[in-house]
Amino acid sequence: MKTNGGEELKRRSQWYKLTVALAVVLTVSACGKKKAAPPPPPPPPPAPAPTASLTASPNSIEPGQSTTLSWNTDYATDVSIDGIGKVDPSGSRTVTPTQSTTYHLVARNDTGTQEATARVTVNAAAPPPPPQQGNGTEAQMFAQNVQDVFFEYDSYDVSQQYQRVLQADAQFLQQHPNIRFTIEGHCDERGSTEYNLALGDNRANATKQALVSMGIPADRIRTISYGKEKPFCTESTEACWQQNRRAHFVYQP
Amino acid sequence: MKRHNAYLVLFLLVSSALLSAQDWIRTGTGLGVEKIRLAVPDFKNVTTDSGTQNLAMTFNLTLSNDLRNAGIFDMVSRSFFPLTVPGAPQEVHLADWSSPPPNAAMLAFGNLSIDAGYLNVQGWLYDTKNTQSPQVLGKQYRESATDENARVIAHRFADEIIFRLGGGIQGIAETKLYFVSKRGGSKEIWQMDYDGANQKQLTHLGSIALSPHVSPDGSRVAFSGVTKEGWQILMYSLELGRMVSFTRFGGDNFSPAWSADGQNLAFSSSRTGNTEIYAVSSSGGDLRRLTENRAPDVSPTWNPKTNSQIAWVSGRTGLPQIYTMASDGGNAVRVTDQGYAVSPSWSPNGQFLAFAWVRHYGPGAPGASDIYVMDIASKQWAQLTHDGGRNDFPSWSPDGRHIVFQSNRTGKTQIWTMLADGSEQRQLTTAGDNSQPNWSFK
Repeated sequence: MKTNGGEELKRRSQWYKLTVALAVVLTVSACGKKKAAPPPPPPPPPAPAPTASLTASPNSIEPGQSTTLSWNTDYATDVSIDGIGKVDPSGSRTVTPTQSTTYHLVARNDTGTQEATARVTVNAAAPPPPPQQGNGTEAQMFAQNVQDVFFEYDSYDVSQQYQRVLQADAQFLQQHPNIRFTIEGHCDERGSTEYNLALGDNRANATKQALVSMGIPADRIRTISYGKEKPFCTESTEACWQQNRRAHFVYQP
Repeated sequence: MKRHNAYLVLFLLVSSALLSAQDWIRTGTGLGVEKIRLAVPDFKNVTTDSGTQNLAMTFNLTLSNDLRNAGIFDMVSRSFFPLTVPGAPQEVHLADWSSPPPNAAMLAFGNLSIDAGYLNVQGWLYDTKNTQSPQVLGKQYRESATDENARVIAHRFADEIIFRLGGGIQGIAETKLYFVSKRGGSKEIWQMDYDGANQKQLTHLGSIALSPHVSPDGSRVAFSGVTKEGWQILMYSLELGRMVSFTRFGGDNFSPAWSADGQNLAFSSSRTGNTEIYAVSSSGGDLRRLTENRAPDVSPTWNPKTNSQIAWVSGRTGLPQIYTMASDGGNAVRVTDQGYAVSPSWSPNGQFLAFAWVRHYGPGAPGASDIYVMDIASKQWAQLTHDGGRNDFPSWSPDGRHIVFQSNRTGKTQIWTMLADGSEQRQLTTAGDNSQPNWSFK
């Protein structure tokens, strides 16, 4: 819903900008026409004042995308666009602005000066959401950033490899100090139901202790064991068992 | 035939174990005594309507099964019975039963009838060699005429016979089994008769319920279940037919076990971090910590003879092993020496531990988990299951002659019983997935 609303908003603002740009173009050419039809030209007729138009298509882009500027002038002897420099009387050019820019064209001749502008909007990248913006987003970030820990058979020791994983987890958790979460201890299907419950508890607890030693407050962490009651994978293969021997992080809304 | 030979071999091994200290030991009571040869002809139908016939069929089947299941009788085959069987004392011809082919030492007989909606059963037990005064037992029962009551009366009469002929030890025909069943979707606590009849769902938590253990007085079932506060020891009242409250502890709490005097529960708790064994009074107070070790500690069982010892499972040396300790936590002793040993159950006479063991554990070793029994004093052990699959969670019957356990040898995990020497293995459940059986204290 939220995404759709955003799209809608964006589309509306695009329309709005397009309308403005068209209005600018129309105004500019209208002005030109007015000046291009002066009352009885005195001889020798001086060169008419230049006309100029400038458009950008599209006039709204995402960061990194390009847009094409097109311009047309009449009677001008000198045409330049700010930031680009001297250009041909008529032409087009591809530009890749990094931020929203108003391109400013100046057409000159001995009689006068004509200006035209075109605005290119660069849509800002989605700003990083503030920590408490919404549970959905925070939960998604948690799921993306906090990686599970996997264990050897019958072991509840966090290996060096997963110490590193936990360090990355801890870094994220430190940046999001309001997130509370549960560590679920899981085991593979081999062995006894009750022993696996205890083993899963030890896995969850070992993972919690490692995070606590990295500075995550213990009161943010709950633990529960599911033993072999809730496997991630149900085949009787080592690959599958490996998937099930884990401490699984669950975001706590 | 092959199976027959296997049993013969087993019997020879068992016999030789009595003479020399071998791997095999025999367990249970009344060992070394020859099984009593017992004849149990169908009870006579006095009223002959179809209703009585159905009840009579239930009664006769239940009685003969109970006596066969008892494990102390050599049941005389029906094909050896005389042409006419007695329904009352005046119809008995002892010589027909005491001589070959039946060659019975004991004869159980009787009759049943229905009047005014009540089922009447008269039953006798005769010593066929004692021509002067053969009667050992004479019993009369009267209950409303239902199929369930026909079973109950048969159980009671069977237990009388077993008590009289089995060394004064109460029979188990009226005992119950508690277990976990997943047949409704989630794992819940169920109850059934000792022979697999009357399977009934007790809890409806909708989460996960495990490790049921009935109190010695049969009033409550303690088990562990997932709650909003993690795993907690939960209580189901069999008297009230609903959940009743029990103290909640921090962390996860698993595998409750009652002391035989009903005063205490031992269980595993991670309330201080990793799992340790605790004891608590049956009212939920007086919490005591019994172990202190960073390894998993779980699955306690009390010595029901003394209530002063606890056996449990610990991973303190690596793979789980069985240990014993005093019930105050002192004097921990490792009992098993290798493999993967879990799920201890202490025999009613205090002499044996039954447990599940993958003896040769490791890469390339056969991964079967089997039920073993160990004599605690001598550390001698016997393997009771050999049929492959994973066998786990043994629990002793109150008479010490039987063990109920779970096995997946037929595919899904189901509840099985056997005699405590490993013979007479029988499957009790078939629907869904059933596990963690616990035999009632009486």
